[in-house]
Amino acid sequence: MSETGLAPQSESQAQSDPPLVRIVGLSRIFDLSKKWLNRMLEGGGKVMLTAVDGVDLSIGRGETYALVGESGSGKSTIAKMVVGLLPPSKGYVTIGGIDIWGERDATTHRRLRRRIQMIFQDPYASLNPRWRVGAIVAEPIKAFDLISERHARDARVGELLSLVGLDPRDARKFPHEFSGGQRQRIAIARALASNPRFIVCDEPTSALDVSVQAQVLNLLRDLQDRLGLTYLFISHNLAVVRHVATRVGVLYLGRLVEEAPAKTLFAEPRHPYTRMLLDSVPDIDMTGRERVPIAGENPNPISPPPGCHFHPRCPFAFDRCRVEAPAFKPVATGHAAACHAVEEGRI
Amino acid sequence: MTPTLSVRNLRVEIPTRHGALTAIDDLSFDIAPGEVLGVVGESGAGKSITGAAIIGLLEPPGRVAGGEIRLNGERIDNLPPAQLRKLRGKHIGMIFQDPLTSLDPLYRIGDQLIETILTHERISPAAARDKAERLLVEVGIPAAGQRLDSYPHQFSGGMRQRVVIALALAADPALVIADEPTTALDVSVQAQIIALIKRLCRDRGASVMLITHDMGVIAETADRVCVLYAGRLAEIGGVRDVVKRPQHPYTAGLMAAIPSLGDALGARLAQIPGSMPRLGAIPDGCAFHPRCSFAFDRCIAERPPLYATACGETACFLRDPQRVAAVAPSGGAA
Repeated sequence: MSETGLAPQSESQAQSDPPLVRIVGLSRIFDLSKKWLNRMLEGGGKVMLTAVDGVDLSIGRGETYALVGESGSGKSTIAKMVVGLLPPSKGYVTIGGIDIWGERDATTHRRLRRRIQMIFQDPYASLNPRWRVGAIVAEPIKAFDLISERHARDARVGELLSLVGLDPRDARKFPHEFSGGQRQRIAIARALASNPRFIVCDEPTSALDVSVQAQVLNLLRDLQDRLGLTYLFISHNLAVVRHVATRVGVLYLGRLVEEAPAKTLFAEPRHPYTRMLLDSVPDIDMTGRERVPIAGENPNPISPPPGCHFHPRCPFAFDRCRVEAPAFKPVATGHAAACHAVEEGRI
Repeated sequence: MTPTLSVRNLRVEIPTRHGALTAIDDLSFDIAPGEVLGVVGESGAGKSITGAAIIGLLEPPGRVAGGEIRLNGERIDNLPPAQLRKLRGKHIGMIFQDPLTSLDPLYRIGDQLIETILTHERISPAAARDKAERLLVEVGIPAAGQRLDSYPHQFSGGMRQRVVIALALAADPALVIADEPTTALDVSVQAQIIALIKRLCRDRGASVMLITHDMGVIAETADRVCVLYAGRLAEIGGVRDVVKRPQHPYTAGLMAAIPSLGDALGARLAQIPGSMPRLGAIPDGCAFHPRCSFAFDRCIAERPPLYATACGETACFLRDPQRVAAVAPSGGAA
């Protein structure tokens, strides 16, 4: 492959054993209070929303780690903190051993930044409508000064577009000339432009139709095989996750409630919330699988229930769940859950 | 038995500067009393436009350019606006995707329900309030009596959708049109809402037209399903047959592309190449032929009519009885 090719470069290959991404004690608290003067005049204290509450996880090289949760679970907030778009309130994130929020050396930081990319949910919002596709895909190349010579850069853009299944000549077109699935391909080409190691995919197919979703999911997998990418894949759809993930973490109201290799999670889910999520996937195969719609909805994250956040909806809740937050404990190799009932062997 | 809803050769056009676009092209289907018909398709297939055309809420400049729509045997597509307004709500209830846009944020839930009930029934306001409370109980809202005085923003998404269902059912309509009723909701709430719509409509004997892109929802809810592609009917039939033995290559591709918990772990998804054509660029012949791996000369030149299949109808030349007869001489029965 040429020097502009996508082969992984040597810089961090020496340290192959430790996980590529480590998230330690990550928390994010949003201050939703009114302004100081309003609080003084109208009364009422500060309003804090804990979007992410002490999440620990690590992602190995070449792995696809899927974070699953419903709205308000904090999955997108984690994504933003991992790529460096939002500072954490507590905890830290390291990628290839470098703390992305603590690194002070500008050169190291810059080198790290280009190894991380993100693909967003809505391909209609994530592409600038006034830019030609070629300029959109070339932006990371320019931003990181990867190729300064124009023809080489254009060639590289063409190469990237072919890589995602588009025509190199599409570089001259504008985003509005493409369908949703094709736009998502453009967004993927842009993400690949800086030779990243690690890509955060935030609901990359939830705005797409199913026939197109399959194309994009397959493309992401092919790219992973070819380029040795590591993904953090964020989704609310367990059926999609089943097709892409090697490991799955389940979030509920900002806390990780269960984590397991994909195979284990789908075969033997332990946490009641994971079971409920699996149960709520429609039975497309019409196997007649009995579904028990779980009562209740996600509580307001501003005032989450005490103890285990899930206890008001949990069929196995007992007194301890109402007062004490369960610790995240291993239940088998590589499989951990935060549930008193699981810990005590009651389920 | 007269079908609750009968749509015949419906054609919806959207005039533009470059000529009229055909959003719905020659669409026919029936919904029997008490039946749940799923209408499924990808975005741009024309499913929501079909629903809007039936209730006379097509967004201008879109217009019904041909065909007939009958409710309980009476034509409703040519009614004057005043009569159409009476028909909506009274005979056809509607549930839309986003419950926040279907409820007025400035009025209490109770007032919105009572207003709807009083519009369609000649009862006293007190009786209407009682009925509103009963409706809220029926859709599963706890402390219904107090919640009547709440505003929409005080409800969660799932609870709001329950209120919208109560509104749609307030006048005991013969037909309920539910347009993506669960798309805006969390997965754990979707199952609750689907079960609720299904139960309430069955109890009241109302027919349901369930519009969704989610084949999973259809598989669990509908009796029959109609698959739209580029504004045309690709296939219609019993839900089990369409899901398990799709007759049209598009339906087959769609079913294979849907990720399912029954799939092998990490299996590659089947995919349909390309994407649905825009309305201005629908190819000649069968609209699906550029994406179809079975396409042959006739598909490119000629538009397939609906052929009867074992349990429905399919617009695909592969199901042409003459062709089937030529391929397998014994299986010529249409």
